[in-house]
Amino acid sequence: MAWVNAIVQGILLGGLYAVLATGLSLGFGVMRLTNLAHGDMAILAAFMAFSTSTAFTISPLVALLVILPGAFVFGLLLQRFVFDRLIGGDPSLQIVATFGLSIVIQNGLKKNYTADTRGLNLGKLATRSIRITKGLTIGVLPLITFLCGVGVLVLLALFLSRTKMGRAFRATSDDPDTAQLMGVDKRRVYAMATGITMLTVALAGVLYGAKSSFDPFIGPATLIFAFEAVIIGGLGSLWGTLAGGIALGVAQAIGLKINAGYGELAGHALFLGVLATRPRGMFGKLDNR
Amino acid sequence: MSLLEVEGLDARYGDFQALFGVNLSVEERVTESIIGANGAGKSTLLKTIAGVLPPSAGDIRFDGKSLVGLPPNARLALGVSLVPEGRRIFPSLSVDENLIIGAHSGRKGPWTKERIYESFPLLQPLAKRSGARLSGGEQQALAIGRALMSNPRLLLLDEVSLGLAPIVVKQVYAALPSIMEQGTTLLVVEQDVNQALAVATRFACLLEGRISLSGDAATANRDAVTDAYFGMSSVKKDH
Repeated sequence: MAWVNAIVQGILLGGLYAVLATGLSLGFGVMRLTNLAHGDMAILAAFMAFSTSTAFTISPLVALLVILPGAFVFGLLLQRFVFDRLIGGDPSLQIVATFGLSIVIQNGLKKNYTADTRGLNLGKLATRSIRITKGLTIGVLPLITFLCGVGVLVLLALFLSRTKMGRAFRATSDDPDTAQLMGVDKRRVYAMATGITMLTVALAGVLYGAKSSFDPFIGPATLIFAFEAVIIGGLGSLWGTLAGGIALGVAQAIGLKINAGYGELAGHALFLGVLATRPRGMFGKLDNR
Repeated sequence: MSLLEVEGLDARYGDFQALFGVNLSVEERVTESIIGANGAGKSTLLKTIAGVLPPSAGDIRFDGKSLVGLPPNARLALGVSLVPEGRRIFPSLSVDENLIIGAHSGRKGPWTKERIYESFPLLQPLAKRSGARLSGGEQQALAIGRALMSNPRLLLLDEVSLGLAPIVVKQVYAALPSIMEQGTTLLVVEQDVNQALAVATRFACLLEGRISLSGDAATANRDAVTDAYFGMSSVKKDH
């Protein structure tokens, strides 16, 4: 039963990794952009939730009502003033620029909040749990996190398959020049993509902050998990990202069960194993170009 | 006033100049063919008109308005639609979705998805199929249908016969008269001289980036066209 418990907790944790990874997958899928400040932006959102909830004495989850729209607008501006200049050019520009952004965010946070470790206070919600059977209980917060992960991916999948903008996303991902010949405004698609990405990043950051403590320099560590989830699941596949997040979460939980120090290591081992044996990931699309 | 006026157009890819002072005017509702050998600059001319490639000099006016500086999506909104070389079907989209995205600009007109399926019956049974799984002829029909979905005033067709079996080329060309009937102006790029002269009212030959001959397709002198195509007369002059 202890193993079942570990696996269940791992699956729930995978939901968080999936939300974190979705934006990375979307940004790369639509505009071949790799944002190294992705994790720092998530942590920035966690700090925003920390400030908002302490200033107005509200739950950090309620603070999301302000933070999510803010993150969307932040994404539109980020695309307009930074990412638009990076796309389609030398890929090393993306690395340098987003790495620079990462440093700026970390040090901006340190200046404002000091290097102290913080946590989001969720009150009783943080410890509430549902007992399934003897030896298997599910925390309410991990469950909410997992459902958020699945919900984000379902909504995104519906957006991509059912809406006019979603179709434009897929066409731009296939071939941006031809999409423009069809009347698609590439810049609008890119702005929307980054807006949506920042929505998911902010949600992931707040959920992360609700689960564990954070400090201004922890962003890159969360970025690693997001990268691993995307690669394990397979680039360009939304459901792959969910599966990759869950696989990573389960690997970490199993590692942790074997030895308290093996949690993250087991996740990295799975990542390397997938890269070595199945470089396209579990659900990676075959390259048809 | 002509629908399309190209004036003194230069285009280059880096250091390589592909077009030299090209002048061309196309009247509304007239089909014009651009004939020329491989590398003569035909596709470059269409790309420059559609906005894929910025010209290095000269002007392109559509309905009296200069297009220079406008991105392809803005030109499409005005009614300039390109069927690109190599078809460029979106592999992640179904046949149906490829057509729907053609209407992204929202331009109203006679062409609807149902109309396209009537004009290209081979596409109808493939509606749900992925764009990645089509034969060359199906791709070409879809590419033309997709471009028509924007209800263009000027349709630019780039090498529609390239890589297709002769029977398929015949089917694709058979659909062109129904497009002209809707009042659409066609600018067709073609390597096959006979095909090009048969479909068009006017023609222009491109040779090494310059217009070498133009005239009425019906009264075209085949020898003159051949000279303009291969540059034979210039070879004779050189020796």
